[in-house]
Amino acid sequence: MSTLRTALLNTALTIEEQKPWPRITVDVDTWRQATLAVAAGNATLSGLWAEPGAVHMALLDDQDGALTVLTLAAPDGRFPSVGLTHPPAQRLERSIVDLYGLTADGMPDDRRWLDHDRWGVRSPLGSMSQIPANGSPYAFLKAEGPPLHQIAVGPVHAGIIEPGHFRFSANGEIIVRLEERLGYVHKGIEGLLTDTTLEAAAKVVARVSGDSTVAYSLAFARAAEAALGVGVPQRAIWLRALMAELERLANHLGDIGGICNDAAFALMLAHCGILREDVLRTAKTAFGHRLMMDRIIPGGVTDDLHDVLPIKTLTAHIRQRFPRLVELYDNTASLQNRTVSTGHLATGLARRFGAGGPIGRASGRPFDARKTPGYPPYGDLDFKMAVRDAGDVDARIWVRIDEVYESLELIEQIIDRLPPGPISYPLAPALRERRVPQAGGLANEPHDTATEGLALIEGFRGDVLVWLRMDESGRVLRGAVRDPSAFQWPLLEAAIEGNIVADFPICNKSFNCSYSGHDL
Amino acid sequence: MRRMLLEGLFRRPVTEGTPTVNDAEVDALAERLGVSAMARLGRSLSIREVDAGSCNGCELEIHALNNSYYDVERFGLRFVASPRHADVLMVTGPVTANMREGLERTYAATPAPKWVVAVGDCATGCGVFGKSYAVIGAVSDVIPVDLVIPGCPPEPIDMLKGLIDLIEASARS
Ligand code: SF4
Repeated sequence: MSTLRTALLNTALTIEEQKPWPRITVDVDTWRQATLAVAAGNATLSGLWAEPGAVHMALLDDQDGALTVLTLAAPDGRFPSVGLTHPPAQRLERSIVDLYGLTADGMPDDRRWLDHDRWGVRSPLGSMSQIPANGSPYAFLKAEGPPLHQIAVGPVHAGIIEPGHFRFSANGEIIVRLEERLGYVHKGIEGLLTDTTLEAAAKVVARVSGDSTVAYSLAFARAAEAALGVGVPQRAIWLRALMAELERLANHLGDIGGICNDAAFALMLAHCGILREDVLRTAKTAFGHRLMMDRIIPGGVTDDLHDVLPIKTLTAHIRQRFPRLVELYDNTASLQNRTVSTGHLATGLARRFGAGGPIGRASGRPFDARKTPGYPPYGDLDFKMAVRDAGDVDARIWVRIDEVYESLELIEQIIDRLPPGPISYPLAPALRERRVPQAGGLANEPHDTATEGLALIEGFRGDVLVWLRMDESGRVLRGAVRDPSAFQWPLLEAAIEGNIVADFPICNKSFNCSYSGHDL
Repeated sequence: MRRMLLEGLFRRPVTEGTPTVNDAEVDALAERLGVSAMARLGRSLSIREVDAGSCNGCELEIHALNNSYYDVERFGLRFVASPRHADVLMVTGPVTANMREGLERTYAATPAPKWVVAVGDCATGCGVFGKSYAVIGAVSDVIPVDLVIPGCPPEPIDMLKGLIDLIEASARS
């Protein structure tokens, strides 16, 4: 990848100011070469988003975690399809087509994705034209043959979960093909991140996927701080990591219980549910909100930790109770019978799709954004990356179990070494400083001073990407977010093939993709 | 496993005490709901949850209602898999354009008498999302709402209180 990066930088038309990684504008040929390089596995596609008249593609170097963003101007509204050579890009591309009205030349799947013909408009973030909002049928992919039948599920599911449609083609009990249709909870988040205040944008990004609110707020804050070039006090950096690990802990506990519950083993859910609730209550005591929503802001955090005791008590309590649950999982043959070898995701696919989080790590893709690219304070903390190769439901449970222990470890280290000092720096003076006239310029002279920032943060589900373009006063001109689910959802379709219909819930829960994070 | 089950039998329960019910609030609610119909349901309600566009934060907290601390089943509250079995719809999220029909059809599939509880700031007033090409509005812009539980997300204890008020109101006729 580093040779690819050098080659791309050499062919760049212009290099934009984007921190901490460059964004380079390229010509059509270089764009095509980059898509071929991604398809060949020389880099991982980490994001694909657009604005009127341009598309951006983020490439990730799996080795060092560095990102490179390529931009292709599309003045005539066309760009060469990335999905043509690299399938993981297809749904992102279809979303771009739906939202901005751009055309991806050669796009292999031109069905609308987020646009269900319900908005009353086409290309809402592009040229915006009125159409009737009467919905249209979706042409599901076919699976044909005499014994095959279809099962349609959703969008409203039989549990307390988000909406989405699943179309199974089954041969008796065996699933031959699963096709997802998503987009039901599309709320127009990219539109809400266009020309708005920093505060309003922060609130929206914190609600891209509620279960990852800490990870999103952290990614948003880091992208904004990178763009504006402002610092964060040490104590805030450590408190942010503490919140992030509490969030991971709560979600992993919930998922471990939830997966076992989908194998009708309710005892695990009951016990994991208690531990999860304990984490949320501690979060409320420590930071004033059970999910720690809106606690991380650009410049620092909003709430200081005054008493470490509840957190110490929490980790001690979980350390006492959790090992017995792990033992229970490990020793219950009927449960293992459901999880081992079920929903297998091959390593090759996990790598190709850049599957983040426990899904990638359970299929032998050793990537964790806390390690690479890494961000403070994780460089100063001692923790291991949990990786397994089996790629089945069981491996996804074990990665989460290992990560529960690692998060406990991290929380204890953070509590022991929490530095003193302020918890936030006000942004206003930093912004004023930025407005000091450059050589030859006047402070109030209108000039193009947009700056951009990018952040990659490890949430409990995987790496979250946030990109922001801001002006000198700290206003958000444009923003884009990419949830780990964007690359994980298609993999569920692959993992479920050949399994029985009755195992779909357990496979689905072991992935636990976000609908809201995907639909945006 | 046997040890855990036995312990479960003999340990003190972890459940919360019942939240206090404010009589005046319940009376007002009973009046608003037209209690005569509700009397038929007795002291039990079946709930169907519908996500009409939420960020999933509200779902996490509704889930928590089922954990051993809140344990809603002890109040006769049960989450059911089909709207056909439901008395109450708990709806979250601003209603997205893409989910509007799903919500309307779920409401239509719920047999009367039925009540709708809008859960969370999004469901009660769009929250941070506001109306846009993709968002129709609050739940009450699409189907009639009987009770709102604000918060982002509301804490399980607040939801529990709202639901118990609903049961009390239904038993008061
Ligand atoms: S009220 Fe808050 S938690 Fe609930 S769906 Fe809306 S943003 Fe998410």
